[in-house]
Amino acid sequence: MKFTIQVNEGPYQHQATDSAYHFTKSALDKGHEIFRVFFYHDGVLNGTRLTSPPQDDRNIVNRWVELAKEHDLDLVLCVAAAQRRGLVDEGEAERNGKDATNIAEPFRISGLGQLIEGAIQSDRLVVFGD
Amino acid sequence: MSDIKKFMYLNRRAPYGTIYAWESLEVVLIAAAFDQEVSLMFADDGVYQLVKGGDTSDSDMKNFMPTYRTLGDYGVRHMYVDQASLDARGLTTDDLIQVEWEDWETEEEVDNIVEAVDTDKVSELLAESEVVFSF
Amino acid sequence: MADLYTVNKSPFEKNSLESVIKFSTPGSAVLLIEDGVYGATKGTTAESMITAASDIKFYVLASDLKARGISGDRIIDGIESIDYAGFVDLAVANDKVQAWL
Repeated sequence: MKFTIQVNEGPYQHQATDSAYHFTKSALDKGHEIFRVFFYHDGVLNGTRLTSPPQDDRNIVNRWVELAKEHDLDLVLCVAAAQRRGLVDEGEAERNGKDATNIAEPFRISGLGQLIEGAIQSDRLVVFGD
Repeated sequence: MSDIKKFMYLNRRAPYGTIYAWESLEVVLIAAAFDQEVSLMFADDGVYQLVKGGDTSDSDMKNFMPTYRTLGDYGVRHMYVDQASLDARGLTTDDLIQVEWEDWETEEEVDNIVEAVDTDKVSELLAESEVVFSF
Repeated sequence: MADLYTVNKSPFEKNSLESVIKFSTPGSAVLLIEDGVYGATKGTTAESMITAASDIKFYVLASDLKARGISGDRIIDGIESIDYAGFVDLAVANDKVQAWL
């Protein structure tokens, strides 16, 4: 089956992104396809490249990055939510006059249409939030 | 081409205390471009999102309540409200905004697509949907 | 036609479990995850809500129980403990997933 995963909360604050990650990983291990992981609301904070969590705790951002690289996942941060919360890629920096970028590869910033498309194209939408 | 799916946006939170109500509305607005069959369900504290008369001028927050009134223009044909959630909160449909809808092709008009439904109907509507978005 | 409903908050924090039980259709599956697993424990004021919902099949995520120190013998009878692979299987087996956050 084809899944789209929606993550509504940021790293560490809520368990949502952990649950989403483990679900996504299990689905992949079972041979399912992940069409997209879409990060909304504070979920866009999962895309920062600037976290320095304690060494003895899981690195949530890196975990998503590694899984994405291993399985060629499409990790999308909603542009409107990202703008509000200060997640910036090259395009956004240029458009909005910001002097820095801070998203972790291979997260990408894109519109809410990506969530809708995911819901249309996938067999299942699974939402993780608070 | 894409399939047409029955989308249900499930709203269970009050407005302003958190951003979920507003950001879920943003999804509905964007989704209009995708021509799906879209309904909104308001249950639990989500019913507060439709209460009319809110004035955010002293709160310095964006008043997004007027946006609900335009949803008829964004491909939303149904805005369902859980009757029991209204009752529990001392509200009636008179406390809620009215949202007009018109089909541009057939010119069918509906004065108000905000509709209170009972528990069984809420269950049925959620079960019939093909995708449920939660915020 | 049956859905998988996920509940991630404790029944003492939010009314999500109560609402799911109210709005789910017979034959549905309800999976308790994260803090929602507290709803699966015996001897709480929420227990009767679960036992009364005889037309729902309840599941609980094992890793979330374990993290919270809830042993198997403290789970309400009839609630099945599953892992993430089981969660995925439930999502596939049911028509769709509804998240009651």
